[in-house]
Amino acid sequence: MRKIIIAAALTLGTVLPFGAAQASTAGAEPPHVDFSFDGLFGTFDRNQLKRGFQVYKEVCSSCHSLKLLAYRNLKDPGGPEFTEDEAKALAAEAQIPTLDDAGEPTTRKGTLADHFAYQTTPQEHATLKGAYGSIPPDLSLMAKGREHGPVYIHALISVGYEHEAPEGVTIPAGGNYNSIFPGGVIAMPKPLSDGQVAYAEKEIPQTVDQYAKDVSAFLMWVAEPKLEARHRLGFGVILFLGIMGVLFFLSYRRVWRNVDH
Amino acid sequence: MASGPSTYTPSNGLMRWLDARLPIVRFANDNLLTFPTPKNLNYSYTFGAILLYCLVIQIVTGIVLAMHFVPNAALAFNSVEYIMRDVNYGWLLRYIHMNGASFFFIAVYVHILRGLYYGSYKDPREVLWILGVIIFLLMMATGFLGYTLPWSQMSLWGANVITNLLGALLGTDFTQWLWGGFSVDNPTLQRFFSLHYLLPFVILGVSVLHIWALHHVGNSNPTGIDPKGPQDTVPLMPYYTAKYFFVITVFTIFFAFVVFYAPNLFGHVDHYVEGNPLKTPAHIAPEWYLGAFYAMLRAMDFNFLFIDSKLLGVLTMLGAIGILFIVPWLDTSKVRSANYRPVYWWCFWIFVADYAMLSWAGLQPAGVILLQTGVGADGAPTGFSITHLSQIGTAYYFAFFIIIMPLLGLFETPRALPESIAQAVLGKKRGGGAAAPAGAAAAPESRV
Repeated sequence: MRKIIIAAALTLGTVLPFGAAQASTAGAEPPHVDFSFDGLFGTFDRNQLKRGFQVYKEVCSSCHSLKLLAYRNLKDPGGPEFTEDEAKALAAEAQIPTLDDAGEPTTRKGTLADHFAYQTTPQEHATLKGAYGSIPPDLSLMAKGREHGPVYIHALISVGYEHEAPEGVTIPAGGNYNSIFPGGVIAMPKPLSDGQVAYAEKEIPQTVDQYAKDVSAFLMWVAEPKLEARHRLGFGVILFLGIMGVLFFLSYRRVWRNVDH
Repeated sequence: MASGPSTYTPSNGLMRWLDARLPIVRFANDNLLTFPTPKNLNYSYTFGAILLYCLVIQIVTGIVLAMHFVPNAALAFNSVEYIMRDVNYGWLLRYIHMNGASFFFIAVYVHILRGLYYGSYKDPREVLWILGVIIFLLMMATGFLGYTLPWSQMSLWGANVITNLLGALLGTDFTQWLWGGFSVDNPTLQRFFSLHYLLPFVILGVSVLHIWALHHVGNSNPTGIDPKGPQDTVPLMPYYTAKYFFVITVFTIFFAFVVFYAPNLFGHVDHYVEGNPLKTPAHIAPEWYLGAFYAMLRAMDFNFLFIDSKLLGVLTMLGAIGILFIVPWLDTSKVRSANYRPVYWWCFWIFVADYAMLSWAGLQPAGVILLQTGVGADGAPTGFSITHLSQIGTAYYFAFFIIIMPLLGLFETPRALPESIAQAVLGKKRGGGAAAPAGAAAAPESRV
């Protein structure tokens, strides 16, 4: 009986505080998606990251920046792992605002050191704000800054737009109904449609669902670029500590072998 | 400083010379090697050592993080991300430091509850206990200050909530002085960073006093009776140091699992959204380890006499911490250990569950209805809410200290105490009861 009560009290003490579900004005529960980076040994799927990058580049990047991501990161281990030449070529496609020798605004080709910050000029900010009422958010940490992370992003840009607004929900001008978005009304119009992005890998379905999965995985890597290193190092550390713990336990027992306690 | 006479004999002329001038080797010998420790301490008594380990981890990782962090409202958030991305093993340092705070509090809660269970605060350990409460307070302050440094939405708005609380007690002039302006802004961040760097060293200093007090009066133990001689104790080294190495490794396995596989388990997603003073988050939550105090604050949704609900909440929250200082005098029982106090045993475990419930309630959005009984005039559901639950929890929290502790000592009939620690140990070995032959007590020490 005592043991049961102690166990119950300890369970309450450890589980309850962390199981705190935050309800408030959240949208619908996003449907679960299995990602390759889930689990203790999860790694990113290089091809998926490359596809996700393609979706970001061709669709999302027209409005959303990735301020924390530099072109050099594209070749980092644990990411999409483009070659250095590929990363340089991708960087060179970007037009980075700068000033010329006379002090007039101009643009230059991007380099590996440049970040994915497209909407950097006040004019572009003004255009976006005029179109959507606010500046579209930076996506660098989106996969960590929302409940359910990449699962939420996937749902938001795919199934979120599949439903009509329920009775009684009025959509203001310039707004769109999204069942996943908290509050239900989002400024972003439906961003993806089937066949919109032409993947080089023909066996991959070119559907909204697949695009959404790929770009969510890509954004997870952008938010947590050291995930693979973390999973790998953790395995070694815990294995080491486990062996050390057994040895310490045996030495502890040996030290105490002649003491009644 | 260590209880009992010193056992150190300098081995040669040089050591005798040094010992007469600075007895540092004697100090280390008496406190780290031969310090007599009750031989019946269970695993719950190892958390003091674990806490010292946590403090060292936090200080070491914190010093390195401070080399890369920029305490500026415009740059802080990105500097944390710079640490996560571009500093070598910066992600590891930051995840250790961030989760280290949570594990520090897990360990301190076990340590405090162990003290409440075994009556470790009773004569002659009152000062030891008070120093511990001061450390706990300093830890909460340090944890809160660290929480604000990444300058995320949670940081910024958490800082707003807590500083405004102090304002409710001490007035607007005080809050503005604290902020260094008219809102939580860059001057606030800079001073919070400075204090966050300072306080751990204050904690270290008070910990030295805490350990000094411990080594002066000696450890309490699960029987609650004092050691009666060398048959009841073992030297700290190697008996308890060997145990510490083992438990610290086990503790680190749990810690490492969170750091490597669930680094954001204890955090809120709004920690990854840059602070925006123009946009209030839907739900502002404290760190889990402050949840109980936050719940008690919010439970006070009514006015009491001339005190309005906001001030009452702040007073309740401060009172919840303040009451810990007088626990040694609230508990009137002569028996220390809950093992021999059948009624207190129940009250204690209900208290543990109550504190856990409050910690949970503090993280929930205010006013969530748990048990709907009707619909209000505005169409919103009414019934038993998080606030009501928190009120019950707060009532028990205070009743435990103010009513149960003083009265139980007068009305409870404790179980019979064993004659000595050695006898209790032998009784346990023989399969129960305190009835061990008195003569057996002295025997097992012969080979120690």
